[in-house]
Amino acid sequence: MNTQLKDPNDVSVGRTKEMFHRPTDIEEAVSCLAAHPGAVPIAGGTDVMVGVNYRRLRPAAMIDLTGVVELREWSDEGDAIRIGAGVPYARIIDDLGGVLPGLAAASRTVGSPQIRNRGTLGGNLATASPAGDAHPPLLAAGAKVEIASTAGRRTVPAADFYTGPKRSVLAESELIAAVIVPKAAGPQQFLKVGNRGAMVISVCSFALSLDVEGRAVGAGIGSAGPTPLRATEAESIELPWDKSGPLGDETVERFGALVAEAARPIDDVRGTAAYRRHALAVCARRALLRAWKELLCDWN
Amino acid sequence: MRLELTLLVDGEAVTAVLDRPGESLLRTLRERLGRTGAKNACEQGECGSCTVLLDGEAVVSCLVATAQCEGREVRTVAGAVPGEVREAFAACGAVQCGFCTPGLLVSVADLLGRNPDPADAEIREALAGNLCRCTGYEKIIEAVHRAATARTAENTHTGAPGTRPLPPSPSPEKDPTLPHGCDSVMTEGRT
Repeated sequence: MNTQLKDPNDVSVGRTKEMFHRPTDIEEAVSCLAAHPGAVPIAGGTDVMVGVNYRRLRPAAMIDLTGVVELREWSDEGDAIRIGAGVPYARIIDDLGGVLPGLAAASRTVGSPQIRNRGTLGGNLATASPAGDAHPPLLAAGAKVEIASTAGRRTVPAADFYTGPKRSVLAESELIAAVIVPKAAGPQQFLKVGNRGAMVISVCSFALSLDVEGRAVGAGIGSAGPTPLRATEAESIELPWDKSGPLGDETVERFGALVAEAARPIDDVRGTAAYRRHALAVCARRALLRAWKELLCDWN
Repeated sequence: MRLELTLLVDGEAVTAVLDRPGESLLRTLRERLGRTGAKNACEQGECGSCTVLLDGEAVVSCLVATAQCEGREVRTVAGAVPGEVREAFAACGAVQCGFCTPGLLVSVADLLGRNPDPADAEIREALAGNLCRCTGYEKIIEAVHRAATARTAENTHTGAPGTRPLPPSPSPEKDPTLPHGCDSVMTEGRT
């Protein structure tokens, strides 16, 4: 490693700035990104640094987003919570478990305590891995992604955000500013299948969100398709919202089958397509049963 | 191209000079600053052997860019761990090959700072990011309980509240055979 440099005075503020940028607000950050195409934004670093350490990424310049205050905050917007893209999972778990139980449950399954202290929602979205844990609850809840660039801000529904494996609508000149997640309007569930109980990338995952007043179901699938997926057919299932009766076995079975059908899994190192479909049906049934049980407790 | 920054490592202000923006805090600590407490194993955040406290939060230093740490406080195993935790690990045989030990000690220090008397499930959860391939974890969990008891007893004795600020560990003796500015001590091994 080159620790000895010929010219000890070869440290100029300008050069330092060119290599590592530390914006303090989003406008500065997007201007910086526009002025330095190819500069790699970094927040928690839990994805980016793996690429850097393994030399898959060799950024000439980086933009540190941890100093951007707006990205580090969440706020109550009435019907929704606006979560700055740089809020780490640990804070989502600590602060938002009551209003966003589905997202908080998914956040609890991310990596390890060390990773949850650093990893962010914005990073999960920007990486857009089909296996990212935050995606299914964002899809199930109907979240929106707020994207910033020098042209201003635009908002994209989570369902339209992902375009392929590790690909999204995010352009090189754009940064994710925030995620706007509607507050839970009923029970929410998140189930994840992995090879261990902790520190595990999902084999498949499923998030369910019930809106009691709106009589609506949200269903998000993770790690079982080229992108995170919404199970739209499953979402249109008829449920006994009018309290006319219990949730029938047939309904539960059908919900599981519809979720499994919505998946587009492949065989890979973590599991086969057939296993993923099977496991998703199980997860979907359990999620619905658990959520309905919670609802019945509320009603009685 | 160089990037110079100052950070606080185990209570001491140090300056690091980097020649690329993505250098990890782990690499800077070990290879530029001679602080070998954090161990390098997976470099992808899976194993926890490089765990340090960054402004009091447990993080894996392999996934932190050093350049993000300007003016921030880093505590490695040499500066983060109360004596009771180290003693409990030794007393319980919670160390075998020792490679994961520094990371575990930092995670345990972090846990006990937040929760002075954790239950088994809480310990397992808190240490989920620290892999040990030797011990099977049972003795590690035993050591955490022992450390918790020792700390609580001491705090009761001194009349301090349930938790106290980290780190109260005695300052380690410097090894004269190591290069100037290097604070490595035997607790960190020589790996």
